[in-house]
Amino acid sequence: MTRSGWVGAIGLGLLVAMALLAPVIKPRDPLDLVGRPLLEPFADPRFLLGTDALGRDVLAQLLYSARVSLVVGLAAAAGAIGIGIGVGTVAGFLGGRVDGILMRISEAFQTVPTFLLALALLSALGASTANVVLAIALSSWPATARLVRAEVLSLRQREYVDAARLAGLGPLTVAFREVLPGALQPVVALVGVTVGAAILVESALAFLGLGDPNQISWGVMISNGRQAIRVAPFLVVIPGVCVALAILSVSLLGDGLAARLAPQRRYLS
Amino acid sequence: MAAGGSATAGGPTTSARPDHAALEVRDLRVRYRSIDDHGPDVLAVDGIDLTMDRGEVLSLVGESGSGKSATLLALAGLLPANASVSGSVRLQGHDILALPERARARVRGRGIGMVFQDPGGSLTPVLTVGSLIDEVLLVHRGLQGAAARAETEALLARCGVGDPARRAQAYPHQLSGGLRQRVAIAAALAAGPEVILADEPTTALDATVQAQVLDLLVGLVADEGVALVLVTHDLAVAAAVADRIAVMYAGRIAEERPAGELMERPGHPYTVALRAAALPFRPRDRDGEGIQERLPELRGRMAAAGGTGCSFAPRCPLATDHCRLVAPPLEPFEGGLVACWRAGELAEWPGVESPEVEPEVPLAAIEPQAVGWPGQGA
Repeated sequence: MTRSGWVGAIGLGLLVAMALLAPVIKPRDPLDLVGRPLLEPFADPRFLLGTDALGRDVLAQLLYSARVSLVVGLAAAAGAIGIGIGVGTVAGFLGGRVDGILMRISEAFQTVPTFLLALALLSALGASTANVVLAIALSSWPATARLVRAEVLSLRQREYVDAARLAGLGPLTVAFREVLPGALQPVVALVGVTVGAAILVESALAFLGLGDPNQISWGVMISNGRQAIRVAPFLVVIPGVCVALAILSVSLLGDGLAARLAPQRRYLS
Repeated sequence: MAAGGSATAGGPTTSARPDHAALEVRDLRVRYRSIDDHGPDVLAVDGIDLTMDRGEVLSLVGESGSGKSATLLALAGLLPANASVSGSVRLQGHDILALPERARARVRGRGIGMVFQDPGGSLTPVLTVGSLIDEVLLVHRGLQGAAARAETEALLARCGVGDPARRAQAYPHQLSGGLRQRVAIAAALAAGPEVILADEPTTALDATVQAQVLDLLVGLVADEGVALVLVTHDLAVAAAVADRIAVMYAGRIAEERPAGELMERPGHPYTVALRAAALPFRPRDRDGEGIQERLPELRGRMAAAGGTGCSFAPRCPLATDHCRLVAPPLEPFEGGLVACWRAGELAEWPGVESPEVEPEVPLAAIEPQAVGWPGQGA
């Protein structure tokens, strides 16, 4: 794997470790009021990253936020990629009218910016973690669908598809068993981008107060810190840096994996 | 198998179900609509009849554009969407062109196996060759799990794949070209078909492997009693393995006769030209000896199908005004059928008496084991 890919893997590994070790490092509820408000970072050894306007531990919030952001980001991206693969494979393999209908639907989704669509869906569905995942997944599948469709379109011209058709295998069997696995390589590169985008959208939704109100996340932290940005900019900067690092890590890792798979790809085509 | 055999009296093996021919094609026509809907239609196959018995090898020979591949694709149901087919294709007692689509796919899947030119392209790269064959066994014979795998290994072994248990775990790219083609043949046999269609099955292979694969196909025809339709542009290959040869030109059959007789005394001037252009089917010397001169060239281009007169007339040294006006019908000629007004006079044409191609090829003498490849158990 490329060096930048390893950097991404390490970054993502650190974030996952943060998320997993949150209850070990900070056993208390991160929303408890534990100290003097607006303590600067490193001022008090009990609160390494300081406290917010209500006297809550910033480090604890940061660790627990990593859980929400990563879980929502990964789950939403998995949903988006799953829908995209299904739609793209069916559209590309069956072609004709089915392809036309599915692609018009995906264009309808693409004309609305991902974030606005997620926002609208979430307003309609109501704020909860599951709905956040659903809204992000439903608004970000078209890119994967188009990519998979393009790959499947080129692969379905291959003779092995003819051979399988003649052998009497059903179109969906051929599409998903024999064609789809060969079309997945470019999707790997898209995984990083999709996960990154999902994390960003989740943070933005949380910033606007559309996340689960009972859960802390990086977006919520930025939103809370905004009011004190003049006196305590670290309340916004620290979670902001975490969001940026998370997106950078998954993007680098995705690119690294894609580069890693490239030689095999060359063989397949 | 040596060239020869009778024209219509059936193959050498006893047929399991002698009530109908393995494959019966009547008045098959394939028409391509032009893609942009403005150009004229192209008639790729212009009314051909074929009858195949079990245990018989029929070779379709012709240059590019003669309609041999379109015929094969029509039989296999693999023509592109802008092609239309008419006529009748009887397989296992059904006229498959008249069946609804689902039933047609089922009858075809069971009754026809196809071997493609490039085994690298006809085997999916994402499944092991064993799972690929398992899949066919599940769909057509309801075999699953260990039973399917045992049958897969038996099929591979029958197709000369050494160490089938290990090879079944391999992906196509891990196998050599010859092994891949053997796997493709095993996959084509998996459903237990009566007819195998082979589209230039050896063109993409090394010369030595070519002989082995042809040998395998011919052996399977004899052992399994399947009918083999072998499409090739190489008359020498056809002469080496086929019982009958059908020479196609501009979408029609120009001559269809027992292979040996056709090679010795061609009935159609086009067959003469093809024979003159064929390379002897034998390994070349290292220093290139054996082919010293340029092969004779057939000048001109193939006429489009469906015109008036004989479509070969513009390139034919024997053509008369009559040939150019009236298309010759396919009529009985020395054990087969020939479509030429001057078929009887062909013996007088210079070059006909001295064939440059020797049809007796020691194909059967090449034992696969004698050459050997990695992992070949014997």
